[in-house]
Amino acid sequence: MRISCPCCGPRDRREFTYLGAAAYLDRPDPDAPAPEWDAYLHLRDNPAGRTRDLWYHDACGSWIVVTRDTVTHAVLAAEALA
Amino acid sequence: MRYSGFRVFAQGLTGNRGWRPAWRKPAPRDAYDVVIIGGGGHGLATAWYLAKNHGITNVAVLEKGYLGSGNIGRNTTIVRANYFLPGNSEFYSHSLKLWEGLERALNYNVMHSRRGLINLFHSDAQRDAFARRGNAMLAQGDDAVLLNRADVRRMLPYLDFEQARFPIHGGLYHPRGGTARHDAVAWGYARAADRRGVDLIENCEVTGIDVENGRVTGVQTSRGPIRARQVALVAAGRSSQVAAMAGMRLPIESHVLQAFVTEGLKPVIDHVISFGMGHFYISQSDKGGLVFGGDLDFHASYGARGNLPMAEHVMEAGMTLMPMIGRARVLRSWGGIMDMSPDGSPIIDRTHIDGLFVNCGWNYGGFKAVPASGWCLAHLVATGQPHPVAARFRLDRFATGHLLDEEGTGSQHNLH
Ligand SMILES: Cc1cc2nc3c(=O)[nH]c(=O)nc-3n(C[C@H](O)[C@H](O)[C@H](O)COP(=O)(O)OP(=O)(O)OC[C@H]3O[C@@H](n4cnc5c(N)ncnc54)[C@H](O)[C@@H]3O)c2cc1C
Ligand SMILES: [Zn+2]
Repeated sequence: MRISCPCCGPRDRREFTYLGAAAYLDRPDPDAPAPEWDAYLHLRDNPAGRTRDLWYHDACGSWIVVTRDTVTHAVLAAEALA
Repeated sequence: MRYSGFRVFAQGLTGNRGWRPAWRKPAPRDAYDVVIIGGGGHGLATAWYLAKNHGITNVAVLEKGYLGSGNIGRNTTIVRANYFLPGNSEFYSHSLKLWEGLERALNYNVMHSRRGLINLFHSDAQRDAFARRGNAMLAQGDDAVLLNRADVRRMLPYLDFEQARFPIHGGLYHPRGGTARHDAVAWGYARAADRRGVDLIENCEVTGIDVENGRVTGVQTSRGPIRARQVALVAAGRSSQVAAMAGMRLPIESHVLQAFVTEGLKPVIDHVISFGMGHFYISQSDKGGLVFGGDLDFHASYGARGNLPMAEHVMEAGMTLMPMIGRARVLRSWGGIMDMSPDGSPIIDRTHIDGLFVNCGWNYGGFKAVPASGWCLAHLVATGQPHPVAARFRLDRFATGHLLDEEGTGSQHNLH
């Protein structure tokens, strides 16, 4: 697997650390009801196919949203997280 | 047909012409009392304990591929009861006891071997952690022995004791730990359940779950609709897809875990050994292959094959620990899709839909759990009450904060 870092170009998967589904970006309001926080922290769509998830490029320190296929491991897009 | 030494002998004398298929291949009926989705170890064990412990035999196990095509036939076969946390400890202890009587109960040779498990430690802090774990195992009534460096050297002389980077300080020895033949576990439960009247239906993919007024009424399958009063989701790495058919989102992320096997060698590794400083563990199969593995590939995946970076990492760790294996050639590698939960512990519970049960979140430790998981899910389905040893495996524990984080690594799916 290779991921195109928006900063550094295509790099080997070994240079990246995976965090989890891009759902981590939709952080609920601090006072949101408990079920919303439970869903945010624990529940996942976990698709077999196209997904979006968060990766960190250890080399340059960029956080990246990667669109990829969980069945074929094809990487379809990678955007920097502003 | 009952299996016995006499039967093998008699068949040997008569050209082995009398053996029968180990289970029937029935067509699905219109309706069952209980439908189990997933013919892996957990689904098949659940069917057998429903029949044996509770007399519920109007049961079907629906499997989209062939029996044993999932993780039950892909794991590295380690069976152990070395858990620490209340909730896990009593469950795995119960499971190991069931393993110890399993062959007699099933009338099937699952090649359960108590060859002993040794978890190596490499620092004072690790020694303390293992001493504490060993005490928890003893308190649970299981066995644990803290080995010092000389003990380990006597038992495992082929490890690299001379290196400065990861010095071996000792190990936690669990004599009753060991291995079993994974396929035989699936086949043994399948045959035993079939003999009690359970229908095992292969090539039958569940494509929908029917719910009316908050109650499950049946399933849609590639072989037609089947009505059921109770339905259990036991789909391991595919749990999220099956649960989505009932409109549920689970606290599960699927990850690939790889394993490797070498060409057959003469007996050289007598135990199951794990390296405490890298992701590596190893045992030798009865065929002679060295069976070893490491950690997850660390990203969500349904590709049951794995990637090279983890293969490379596992080989490096193996060479660091026991350089002698560098001479063996790797024959095969493969991957299995693990249902990772946020705290690394499983779920055996009912759902908000009446009659619908879920069994998932086995991470990479669900093989040793097969007997107790089947036992406890059958208990829950039959009696409506959680079994005492599985009472903490609740679906709502993430919402209520009652996590069972055995490794203490935090609430993230890929960290366990
Ligand atoms: C490489 C590797 C090493 C491992 N090592 C160990 C170990 O040493 N010790 C240990 O304790 N555990 C180990 N495990 C974990 C263990 O194998 C699993 O936790 C356990 O097998 C999962 O439960 P199961 O047997 O029921 O799963 P599976 O065998 O995967 O059963 C699930 C079944 O559900 C079926 N299914 C899915 N969707 C549908 C559908 N829609 N309709 C019908 N059927 C469906 C699948 O086809 C599959 O057969 C390992 C796993 C792997 C991959
Ligand atoms: Zn970069």
